[in-house]
Order: sequence, then C-alpha cells, then structure tokens
Amino acid sequence: MKERIEICLSGSGGQGLILAGIILAEAAGIYDGKEAVQSQSYGPEARGGASRSEVVISNNTIDYPKVIKSDILLALTQTACDKYVKNLNKDGILVADSTLVTEVPNISNKIYLFPIAETAQKKFGTKLVTNIISLGIIVGLTEVVSQEAIKKAVCFRVPVKAKEVNEKALLLGFDIAKDLKTKK
Amino acid sequence: MNNLKKKKNIKLLQGNEACAEGALLAGVKFFAGYPITPSSEIAENMARKLPKIGGKFIQMEDEIASMAAVIGASIAGLKSLTATSGPGMCLKQENLGFAIINEIPCVVVNAQRGGPSTGLPTKPSQGDMMQARWGTHGDHPIIALAPSTVNEILTLTIKAFNFSEKYRTPVILLLDEVIAHMREKVEIPAPENIEVINRKKPTVPPEEYLPFKPDEDGVPPMANFGEGYRYHITGLIHNYKGLPTSNSQEIDAFIRRLHNKIQKNIKDIIIYEKYSLDDAKIALIAYGSVARAAERTVKLAREEGLKVGLLKLLTIWPFPFEEVNRLAQQVDLIIVPEMNLGQIVLEAERAAQGKCRVVPYGRVDGELINPIEILGKIWEEIRK
Repeated sequence: MKERIEICLSGSGGQGLILAGIILAEAAGIYDGKEAVQSQSYGPEARGGASRSEVVISNNTIDYPKVIKSDILLALTQTACDKYVKNLNKDGILVADSTLVTEVPNISNKIYLFPIAETAQKKFGTKLVTNIISLGIIVGLTEVVSQEAIKKAVCFRVPVKAKEVNEKALLLGFDIAKDLKTKK
Repeated sequence: MNNLKKKKNIKLLQGNEACAEGALLAGVKFFAGYPITPSSEIAENMARKLPKIGGKFIQMEDEIASMAAVIGASIAGLKSLTATSGPGMCLKQENLGFAIINEIPCVVVNAQRGGPSTGLPTKPSQGDMMQARWGTHGDHPIIALAPSTVNEILTLTIKAFNFSEKYRTPVILLLDEVIAHMREKVEIPAPENIEVINRKKPTVPPEEYLPFKPDEDGVPPMANFGEGYRYHITGLIHNYKGLPTSNSQEIDAFIRRLHNKIQKNIKDIIIYEKYSLDDAKIALIAYGSVARAAERTVKLAREEGLKVGLLKLLTIWPFPFEEVNRLAQQVDLIIVPEMNLGQIVLEAERAAQGKCRVVPYGRVDGELINPIEILGKIWEEIRK
C-alpha cells in the first residue's frame, strides 16, 4: 500500500460524512497505530449544502493535512461527484451511490456503484446509516484500515443505543464490497 | 495495542478539543464566552469539563461581557480562558486593552475565519494577524502564538497560560479554521510531565502591598481580590498604588515597563522551528495550517533540486526579528505564504532590512493554501 493515502468523502450536509471521516481516522490512527488526520469543509447551513470530509492516512508524520489527489473518493451526490472526480488520482477509485449519482463520469478509474442510501432505508428503516455502510464498502474494497479497527472505531464513536444497527450496517458494507469485487 | 493506548494516552482529538485539554493541564478554572464557529467546541468542552473540577463556565450575553468576566475571574485568582473568532475578537478589543493596562493574566483564543465582519463562518483565514498585534488601541505589547498541528495547539495553549501568568499579560492564541476543526492523533502528556507556571503572589502583608510596583523582572506580584489585599484597578494609566496618575515620569516609566517586561524576555517567548534551512538559498516563512503546506513544499522542492527550507513561526508577536534578519543574510529569497493578502510578510520584510528579496503569496478564497501552488510560486520567482 502507498505511504500516504488520501480519502475524500463527499456529499451534502446531514449525510454523516464528517462522522464517517472521524471514524476512519480513528480506526487508522488509534486502532491500526498509523498516523491519521481528518479535516472537513462545509457551508454555514445546518443541513444541505456541499459537505466533504477528508482523511489522510500515513505510516509517517503527516505534513500537509488535506487531500491533494484523492486515492479513494466517495460521492453521495451528483454535485459532489462532478466536483471531486476531477481531483481523483489516476489509479484512485470512485465509490458512488447509484441512485444519487446518475450521471457516472467517463473516467478510466475503477468505479463501484451501489444504491447505498436506498439499501440503508430498506434494510434498517433509516438513511442515517448510509455513512457507515459506505465505510464498510470502502474498507472492504481497499483494506485502507483493518476491518477490526473500523469495527472498534464505529462502536467507539456512535451513540450507545445505535451501536447494534451501526455494527450491522458496517458488516453489510463489507458484504457489498465482496459482491462488487467479484462483479469486476 | 490497548496497552500502548493506556500507557501513552493517545487520542484522536479535534484542534479545539486539544485547546481545551491544554487549558485544563495548564490549570484553567474559568471560561466565559459566546459561541461562534469555528471556536465553539472550545466552549463546549469547557462547559462539560470545568464543573467537574470545581471550575466555572459561563456563557455571557456577548463577547464584550465575556472578556470582562474573564478579567474579573483572573483578578479573583483563577486562570481564565475565552475563545472566539473574528467577529467576537472585534468586541473583545476594548477589554483586552483593559487587561493589558492592568496586567491581568488570561488567554484569548481566536480561531480565525474569513472576514471582515461575519465573512466566512466555516472557512479558514489568517486575516487577523495584525488585529492580534494592534486590534486594541494604545502603544501596547502583546504575546500571540500560532500552532500548526493539533498537538501544538495543546502544547501552545499550556505555553500561552504560562506566559500570561509569568509576564502578567493577556496572551492571544491564533488558530485558523483548518486546525481548529481538524482531528489528529495527540499524545496527552501526564500532568507531572508538563511545566505549569503560576503568577507571583505578594510576599508582603496587605498594608505594605503596592499592586503595580514591579520586581526586578518588571512584573509586579499579583494579589487575588478577596484575600485581604485591597487595591484599585483602573483603565487609566496608574501609579504603584493603582491610582490614576498625570505625573509624566510615572507615565513614561509605566508604558516602558509594559513593553520591557515582554521585550527583555523575547528569548523565552519566541518559539520557532527550522526545516531544511542549513543549506537553503530560498526560505519559506509560514505559520498555522499554512506551515504544513510549506513543509510539504520543501520536500517537493528538494526533489526538484531546489535548496528550499522553512522557518515555521510559533510565536507571532513579539515578531522573531533577529531570526528572520539572520535568515535574510543567508538566503536570496524569502516567500511568505499566508491566508491573507500580506500581513506577516510585512514584518518579515522589515526584519530582512533589504538583505534579501521578500515576497508575499496570498490566498483568500476560503481554502487552505496547498503545497503545489507554493512550489509554483517558487519557480515563478526563480524565473523572474
């Protein structure tokens, strides 16, 4: 794996992208013992508006804390996809919600599409876990952090009463990743 | 892994959380403030944690009152903190001056966002660097520190309290939205491993106490209100007793002492770090989150065979004049990248005294400067 991995989680405010970034950084930094930085960019709105969370993971000290070229891009809205796909590394991967991102960019990168939010609603009765399913997919596809680490990080950061549903959502994400991989 | 975690107390902390942790380690017991992005998590953490250690948290009606409450609490003997952003920092200026003239230790955090006015609530800026120096009127000194990592936020918050107590002065901690909101791995030091400085108390009985008579180091011992030492505090320039004076000798001595107690201790106060400067012909001078972009630029430039180094400023005010002057004698060019259109570059230019070229590189669109554009600026200047 590369010395420095840059991940961009993008979509709109309220989709839980910032929390997803925190969980990913915690998995890498605390439970996998690497260096990790999480930062974010969002508008003044409480909900809606563009939102992105950036995570940099490295075996060494991290100087520049933001994404220069993303190795992993998650896009949960069309706007976010159109905007950040330009910044995708040539060997980077795109994970997108197939219901929310309907115009798939014409790029040579590996693209993984799945109706993440819709599945969250169907399986768990809430779109709130879209972010955690997405994390499961990303980790399942890339092993950017260990599955053990991401499990611990999810349990540590989500509210106690929501622990079970989030754990299940993460495992579902792992399974979706397996299917997506075999399809390729 | 779990053992390591327990032994070392490593956490993923947000910059603002690290500021609160640092303040607690330094012995903060009072926080007054008014919430504002991107500083609010400092207040939130203080609200959660201060009551548990017998401290006090109060949300005031605005930032003017917050600053006043911080001054009052400090005079009563508590280490005091307030945190805000640009719009609130404007309101604090009046009472900041009151704290300076009365030599009240306190720490004021400004998590900088885009301005002027309410500007860009959720986006970073370094537009308040000169405000930190000259925001409040009068010919006053100030100490201002600018961390560039979450870990440095923790350690410099402790430093800020220590300087404020040691030199009896407000200290401004300048964050920016990037590092205030960013989360990073931090090793929280054990209390026994950190130096905590407390203000000097009077050694004389109340009837002999002259509240503004300095010791040899220029700093007067400070009695807590409520401990039997009755004294007068005023925004007017005052004599040793704290009473207003129009005696020109006393006035002159007072203003000079305010400056000297900082200026004579710049060796203690000025903190900076050098990266790859030994053989450098081009130097970057940067601070805050931009220093991290500059650090990466140095590596990229070295890969391209350019002798570039970085002077990272952690103390902004007083400005590290001597260090920059020495640097200007060594290098041919200094570039100062900052998220404004030229503030600290002016100080760098002044300190360089014409010994090398000093050029600004500013970005003001609410995004952090990236390493590639600084490298681009270096090449642009080389080709000139």
